[in-house]
Amino acid sequence: MKQYNGHFIRPADKYAWYLKKPRYIPYMLRELSSLFVGLFSCILVWGLYQHSQGEVAFNAWTQLIWNQLFWLNLLIFVFAFYHSYSWFMVTPKAMPIKFKGKRVSGVTIIGAHMLLWLIASVVVFTLFVIGA
Amino acid sequence: MSNPAKARIVQLEIMRYNPDLDQQPHFQSYDVPCQEEWVLLDAINYIKDELDRSLSYRWSCHMAVCGSCGLMVNGVPMLSCHAFIRDMPDLIKVEPMENFPIIRDLVVEMDGFIEKLAAVKPYIHPKEERNIEDGCHNQSPEQLLDFQSLTQCINCMLCYSACPQVALDHDFIGPAAMALAHRYNLDSRDQGRAVRKDVIASNQAIWECTFVGACSEVCPKHVDPAAAIQQAKIAATGDYFKSFLMPWIKKASKDNEGEQP
Repeated sequence: MKQYNGHFIRPADKYAWYLKKPRYIPYMLRELSSLFVGLFSCILVWGLYQHSQGEVAFNAWTQLIWNQLFWLNLLIFVFAFYHSYSWFMVTPKAMPIKFKGKRVSGVTIIGAHMLLWLIASVVVFTLFVIGA
Repeated sequence: MSNPAKARIVQLEIMRYNPDLDQQPHFQSYDVPCQEEWVLLDAINYIKDELDRSLSYRWSCHMAVCGSCGLMVNGVPMLSCHAFIRDMPDLIKVEPMENFPIIRDLVVEMDGFIEKLAAVKPYIHPKEERNIEDGCHNQSPEQLLDFQSLTQCINCMLCYSACPQVALDHDFIGPAAMALAHRYNLDSRDQGRAVRKDVIASNQAIWECTFVGACSEVCPKHVDPAAAIQQAKIAATGDYFKSFLMPWIKKASKDNEGEQP
């Protein structure tokens, strides 16, 4: 019988606690998404290394991520999207911004982040198209 | 008063535990004729008055002010005086708040929580001693806005019950205590940030929080402990880097530590 401060306490499920309540699933997906973002960073660093090795090596890497790793990349994209979306949704909690003595609403803070995210994505995509 | 003609029979499955008799808690069912306007606390009071006088539970104000009637209601931490029966199904599972030791039935032990609250020194540490002749310590509405929502906490401990991190580590300082510490750190009259720093920035406090956010969702007073903790993380990170870049500030903070009231 587990005790704390001399009284019985219900033990927690250390390994599957997040399955206990549906509320915890989006949180765990948000945490899990970090692994996919990390994985993409590794793929990107690998691509940079291949780029330094010459055109043939870089083209081989490009072919690999477009063909064999296509579905993995798509999965990474979905998780990276969820990662950004879920973190932007909680930005008002970490950024209590005041303007002219009043709190800026959470919707405004989230909206500004989403807008900047959209602009940055369009810029990166445009550069990609120009480069291609 | 109960009107049998308009009553809806609701089955309450209540967790019972008598430390003198039981090895483990068990559930006991009660059929309660509930009125339209009843909250869960009314139904539990009915059981105590009419069905089973041995049931133990805490309550006081019946208006979400005292914070003493927190329970798990169908797995969700709630104040039982704030939970209308009409919004619930015909079967309601009632348990003591999770993540706390159980003294008896629905009564949990809260000594650990009180110790955690005391650990963050939740009171104003003035920069210098003030006398009555000095008059009021004025604060503008804008300065009050910085922390006003955090003053609404009624120490009901629902946030501790909702927090999976508290479940995994019972020594985690927890949401309410950290929100209260941040409330005083944001108060323009307070100079005690350095005094609280060692507790707040420890491994048992803000860095133990993984930002699940369940604490803020269950708060009956709309305090946002998750937000307070994330802001405290940013402040602590700033303090850490400042201690390298501006070491004279660190020295001033240490000097300030001796000024506890």
